[in-house]
Amino acid sequence: MRITQGCFSFLPDLTDDQILTQVQYCLEQGWAVNLEYTDDPHPRNTYWEMWGLPMFDLKDAKGVLIELTKCRELHGDKYIRLSGFDSSHGCESIRISFIVNRPANEDGFRLERVEGRGRQQHYATRSYSLDRPEGTRYA
Amino acid sequence: MTDQPTPAKVNLAEEFDRSGVGPVLKQLDDELIGLTPVKQRIREIAALLLVDRVRQKFGLSAEAPTLHMSFTGNPGTGKTTVASRMSEILHKLGYVRRGHLVSVTRDDLVGQYIGHTAPKTKEILKKAMGGVLFIDEAYYLYKAENERDYGQEAIEILLQVMENNRDDLVVILAGYADKMDKFFQSNPGFRSRVAHHIDFPDYKDAELLAIAEGMLTKLHYKLSPEARRALSEYIPIRRGQSHFANARSMRNAIDRARLRQANRCFEARQEIDLDALVTIEAEDIRRSRVFAQAG
Amino acid sequence: MNIQASQTVKGKDRYRSGVMEYRKMGYWEPDYTPKDTDVIALFRITPQDGVDEIEAAAAVAGESSTATWTVVWTDRLTATEKYRAKAYRVDPVPNAPGQFFAYIAYDLDLFEPGSIANLSASIIGNVFGFKPLKALRLEDMRFPVAYVKTFQGPATGIVVERERLDKFGRPLLGATVKPKLGLSGRNYGRVVYEALKGGLDFTKDDENINSQPFMHWRDRFLYCTEAVNKAQAATGEIKGTYLNITAGTMEDMYERAEFARDLGSTIVMIDLVIGYTAIQSMAKWARRNDMILHLHRAGHGTYTRQKSHGVSFRVIAKWMRLAGVDHIHAGTVVGKLEGDPATTLGYYDILREDHNPLRLDRGIYFEQHWASMNKVMPVASGGIHAGQMHQLLHLFGDDVVLQFGGGTIGHPGGIQAGATANRVALEAMVFARNAGRDYEREGPTILAEAAKTCTPLRQALDTWGEVSFNYASTDQLDYIATPSVA
Repeated sequence: MRITQGCFSFLPDLTDDQILTQVQYCLEQGWAVNLEYTDDPHPRNTYWEMWGLPMFDLKDAKGVLIELTKCRELHGDKYIRLSGFDSSHGCESIRISFIVNRPANEDGFRLERVEGRGRQQHYATRSYSLDRPEGTRYA
Repeated sequence: MTDQPTPAKVNLAEEFDRSGVGPVLKQLDDELIGLTPVKQRIREIAALLLVDRVRQKFGLSAEAPTLHMSFTGNPGTGKTTVASRMSEILHKLGYVRRGHLVSVTRDDLVGQYIGHTAPKTKEILKKAMGGVLFIDEAYYLYKAENERDYGQEAIEILLQVMENNRDDLVVILAGYADKMDKFFQSNPGFRSRVAHHIDFPDYKDAELLAIAEGMLTKLHYKLSPEARRALSEYIPIRRGQSHFANARSMRNAIDRARLRQANRCFEARQEIDLDALVTIEAEDIRRSRVFAQAG
Repeated sequence: MNIQASQTVKGKDRYRSGVMEYRKMGYWEPDYTPKDTDVIALFRITPQDGVDEIEAAAAVAGESSTATWTVVWTDRLTATEKYRAKAYRVDPVPNAPGQFFAYIAYDLDLFEPGSIANLSASIIGNVFGFKPLKALRLEDMRFPVAYVKTFQGPATGIVVERERLDKFGRPLLGATVKPKLGLSGRNYGRVVYEALKGGLDFTKDDENINSQPFMHWRDRFLYCTEAVNKAQAATGEIKGTYLNITAGTMEDMYERAEFARDLGSTIVMIDLVIGYTAIQSMAKWARRNDMILHLHRAGHGTYTRQKSHGVSFRVIAKWMRLAGVDHIHAGTVVGKLEGDPATTLGYYDILREDHNPLRLDRGIYFEQHWASMNKVMPVASGGIHAGQMHQLLHLFGDDVVLQFGGGTIGHPGGIQAGATANRVALEAMVFARNAGRDYEREGPTILAEAAKTCTPLRQALDTWGEVSFNYASTDQLDYIATPSVA
């Protein structure tokens, strides 16, 4: 399967040059760029691990790519996402977010059902990756 | 670039006009008095880069040129201002992508404890990407007497980036000429990566006087004829004393003259007119300690 | 006689029994400067032949505040001058003989805090059937911050909605399940699953899907929940379906809303026809239950569409932001339903900005401060397709739900293919915009490039590439003529 979180998951995986165009867009809007990685891509897993602090005050996207390259060296077997944060009043939130690295094999999720009252089902979405211990999930 | 046909002829003047470098050179001329040899070198570098760009259109020499520079000279000789214009020129000619200047000293790059330096240096390098990194008093990065100094770590990262990211940023190392010479001797890595050395001479007395008058005009002051004479006597005396810093010393001198002028007006305890408010008198200059120390 | 000057009768003559012209009763005050705390309404009035515009404006002010057809002595038991609405400005409508814009100011004490029902009963309660007028339209309103603050506002708001859905940087995509009537619960859920798995963020019940013989509401909710959860597990992405909880009574609506919540739905939906009070109740319920509240503007066309009579949609948009919905259909410009481009963008501004400056070129007649009230996500729905993606993105930006019902379900390759085509078209266009391309002009090229690696998009472009709905709008701007988009 292919996880379709983020705003470019339906396009072919972005090349570094393509990533640079999007990062430059973020910087020109005055957004801080942030990198995060995880081995648990559950859609409700909000807090991925931060790769350092959000990058404030950069002028050129290359600075972000340097960090992304380093992040991939250590976490290339995990999901890495890049986001742009807008601190202006009325937003103070993420303005763009997309996946910039995926494990070679995406395990996906199973949908667990528990029978409830009437015909109601209680659903749980579980990452197959969580069946394995941390550190070996996408090895 | 690749799919454009090779032109038969190129008009260099038109190419220059299109680049927008002209106005930047003009601005440099206007804002900096004197410095003729520096301005000449900047022009030459701009011409070289422009021609290089044209050569590329003819399919000649594709490798990115080394553009790192060293600016040597005493304090107050305009190095930072020229660096700022240099980054604009490089941007207009397409050698850096954004054209901003990040100005730092050792303290911005080198940390206080193990593991502190690399993140600090990289943070600055990320901010300088696409622009010019200006390292003032660069020789303080290297402390020969202490081989475990963290500066060495910053130097290694810098050298790596200067080599591998030539498309991404230009580094300008600046400082006193003699100290820079020693720095380059003990760090051959830097010497081989710096393509352009520009020496900033001290300003001549008459140039410093003009600089001071220019500063005063911007602040809406003027010198009385006697004050002007006093200042031209002041300059050579000040030059002979310690911590002389060219234009910066002129800035300090007029700041103190303004203080004395304000105090003089106030102490007079009478109504004053516009002319008195804007005029620096000889006594505002001559009461400087510089004259006293000269004996 | 200068009809513009004040003719208010003062002293004891003012309360002599009998009939008196409205302008003489104090409802026409050309020297009045509206207070920062006044509610202001702008009406388009078309007086009957022989009725002058000042008297007509004064009558509207009177009938929408304290007056009745004759003088009543009981006025004298009140601070009547404060409670009287004051018409203070009347302008002829450009290029529309016989029509006038009347500006009327209302004291804040005339309104119950936090009640759209009270506000609308005051402003449009009586006066629209008033005989001296041929026609009357409420064009725009200005609410003082003090009044805005008495409303909850959108239960969730655009920012939190995006955080809750983990979707940033692009418009959201939806589709209304079709055919809108007749599908059984089981078949209905199939459409939802296919569309969500194919790449849409939302599917939606239509306005008249409630609880009918072919599909009772609990069946719909159960099958839709199965579809949403399956699609979520298949894509690793949050999905939602607007479960329409509109029903005959509030008790039924609460029952449906609670069931939707218990099933884990992220969003429920109501129709405008349930009424302002019911909408406000559901907005409060949605805030209490962490629910996004989608509003379908069912029925609005009966009073918003004609230019001479009714209520402008920009007023409805303002009321609904106050009332507290999170989504509202606000027009597509390029689709099958009515909507002049500049006027429509004015609605979007009202829903999405914290401050609206006066902009006659977008039909916004008053400056409005929203005092950090949550923003409403506009929904563009009706006759739009992937081939228009560049126009839609350029018109509406990122904070909008683009709903491609027919454009998804009618795809020759099936519903999943239709959804994928829309999602790919959208992502490719957002990417191109961010990368600095002139996407508005190069739109068709960008779509064609994206279609090289996406057969469903190629098919969509081949099927609908040329379709457009090009009719003159019935609700164009008065101050700047703007042609409809081709």
